[in-house]
Amino acid sequence: MAAAAEHRLDPVAALKEAGLAGFVALMLAVPLAGLETVSAPGGLTINTRWDWVAIAVGSVFIGRLLLILWRERGRRRGGPTMDLGIAETLRTAMPILAAAGIAFAVLLPFLPFADRRVLDIGILVMTYIMLGWGLNIVVGLAGLLDLGYVAFYAVGAYSYALLAIHFDLSFWLCLPLAGALAAFFGYLLGFPVLRLRGDYLAIVTLGFGEIIRIILINWYDLTRGPDGISGIPRPSFFGLDFARSPPPDGHTFHTFFGLDFSPLHRIIFLYYLILVLALVTNAFTLRIRRLPVGRAWEALREDEIACRSLGINPRNTKLTAFTLGAMFAGFAGSFFATRQGFISPESFTFIESAIIVAIVVLGGMGSQIGVVVATLVLIAGPELIRELQEFRMLAFGGLMVMIMVWRPRGLLAFRDPTVRLHPPPRRRFGLGRGKAAETGAK
Amino acid sequence: MDYFLQQLINGLTLGAIYGLIAIGYTMVYGIIGMINFAHGEIYMIGAFISLIAFLVLGILGITWLPLALLIVLLAAMVFTAFYGWTLERLAYRPLRGSPRLAALISAIGMSIFLQNYVQLLQGARVKPLQPVIPGGIVLMEGTISVRFNYIQMMIIAATIVLMAIFSLIIAKTAMGRAQRACQQDQTMSALVGINVDRTISMTFVMGAALAAVAGMMVTLYYGVIDFFIGFLAGIKAFTAAVVGGIGSLPGAMLGGLLIGLIEVFWSAYFTIEYKDVAAFSILILVLVFRPTGLMGKPEIEKV
Repeated sequence: MAAAAEHRLDPVAALKEAGLAGFVALMLAVPLAGLETVSAPGGLTINTRWDWVAIAVGSVFIGRLLLILWRERGRRRGGPTMDLGIAETLRTAMPILAAAGIAFAVLLPFLPFADRRVLDIGILVMTYIMLGWGLNIVVGLAGLLDLGYVAFYAVGAYSYALLAIHFDLSFWLCLPLAGALAAFFGYLLGFPVLRLRGDYLAIVTLGFGEIIRIILINWYDLTRGPDGISGIPRPSFFGLDFARSPPPDGHTFHTFFGLDFSPLHRIIFLYYLILVLALVTNAFTLRIRRLPVGRAWEALREDEIACRSLGINPRNTKLTAFTLGAMFAGFAGSFFATRQGFISPESFTFIESAIIVAIVVLGGMGSQIGVVVATLVLIAGPELIRELQEFRMLAFGGLMVMIMVWRPRGLLAFRDPTVRLHPPPRRRFGLGRGKAAETGAK
Repeated sequence: MDYFLQQLINGLTLGAIYGLIAIGYTMVYGIIGMINFAHGEIYMIGAFISLIAFLVLGILGITWLPLALLIVLLAAMVFTAFYGWTLERLAYRPLRGSPRLAALISAIGMSIFLQNYVQLLQGARVKPLQPVIPGGIVLMEGTISVRFNYIQMMIIAATIVLMAIFSLIIAKTAMGRAQRACQQDQTMSALVGINVDRTISMTFVMGAALAAVAGMMVTLYYGVIDFFIGFLAGIKAFTAAVVGGIGSLPGAMLGGLLIGLIEVFWSAYFTIEYKDVAAFSILILVLVFRPTGLMGKPEIEKV
């Protein structure tokens, strides 16, 4: 690397660097992009695609050159410009933004462009936001990395499906039951493993998530294995069904309110249902952060040893976070089951857990609004570009890496301690801590 | 008894493969203290590259088996090493010194990316390969005759040889000394003139090369691969690394053998559906009751 005083761009060095990158790209591209295995009558055979290799090497070479040029320009202008301004603006604008966001979410079904597809995406996004907010309790507040969160989501979904089918219970009765069951599972799983820290905890929770999925696949009598459970009852609007023809002695939603039948009614109802569930999760999180247990979570995240010496019981504190997080996953799971009408273990793979963790961490751990931003970037973005469907997961993985490299503390990583002893000092920008007053967290 | 012996041979073969992957986890964890979540995908890429190399050799007409195997081995190790290097350069090096969670998320992202990358480039179908090394010797005749296939012998022999080579590299060469120094204290190593960045890169390269060997063995052994094999193999190899004591090279090998044996015996004597549950349960039990593994050093927490 050139000395800081030297501002001139050395073309030979730049070319050499770009050439090296191009060479690496060549070595990467030749076996996997250049040679394609295709099925042929006598087994596999090889198809060559040298044009792809040429494109890959060329674009890496040019991209590297551009990167060097851009880097030099940035150096000449002197140091990286800290986005202090943006952070400050965001901080003051946060309450307004949050209010506007909620207003938009409430009004969405009545906006002119809100057709079936937009609402479906809206429901999907709200589901992930709710899961993100639920996991934020575990990962963001308590600092416990849970890579098996989808297990509780699955417990919630299966509890609702089985309870509703076998005992004919209504959605509103099953919802708390599913949440309680998921919370119970969270408690059971959390009890032995929560004394592990960091990466180890992550791997153990991942293992638990996989165990639950394998059991769901293999316990055929209960879960019907890979076939899944279909015909899960839909929720009703205070006893009114969303059916076209009313039962002989009653009403359906549209006859009761004297509306024309539209299949959109059910979608809109589901949309509001998940919106309310998500907002309840959010309100719960914001309030519990100020309770002693919430403060203990945040303290534990910052320094476990200090907490222990202050008499906080780390295990119980972590266990509450784990259990509560699992409960919200259970709620979201039963919503998922009732929306889909069909569930199978396919829906609860590790990749789902990874997506939810990514949403929380990319958003900036502990930031409620960060979860919303990250969900919009990661879920709605790829969902809107339907043409690129096969590149969806590729782009998703790439985005995760790029956002982390660009902002290792997440997109909105300025977070205040929830409770302060002294008024905040003016304009002090630490490493991700100490910013954005309580209102800023939505 | 003969059934038991046969399962023992199968288990040792599988364990050798897990051990080779586990070494990559253990070396990276030892040096930068993080789980290289994408290591399973590197192994999968190694398997694909060896499959492609075999097909290319078939087209070129190189059929003398020892030569072909050697070329495939070298090609897989070299090309996969480039993937390991690039992985570290793009996804981990910029995050050195960032919160651990950031590196883990970036690793998961890389894992998802590589899986889909291979799926898009090579197709989602299962790739079959005709048996390259058929035959074997019969150890015991009987109702169930115990066979020790040549391919199993080769896998076990190759694993032993590679283990010896890598142990020597770590113990005797300048690079190995640098790696051990960086494991203990990166700042101090940099002060005495060790290029820490290059040492870490080399660790990834070595891990990737070993994973490539494992990938090649799996391709030869099972004869089918697809883009998804990296995930489960990765987790099991990680389990092996933890069981053996993360950071310890012989521990990784021992852990790999244990996991392979447990998985094979579980499938043979209990239920094959729950063989992955067995592996995961062992991971959880070991982490809860003996987080340092069989041969690991206890981690002392300092304030």
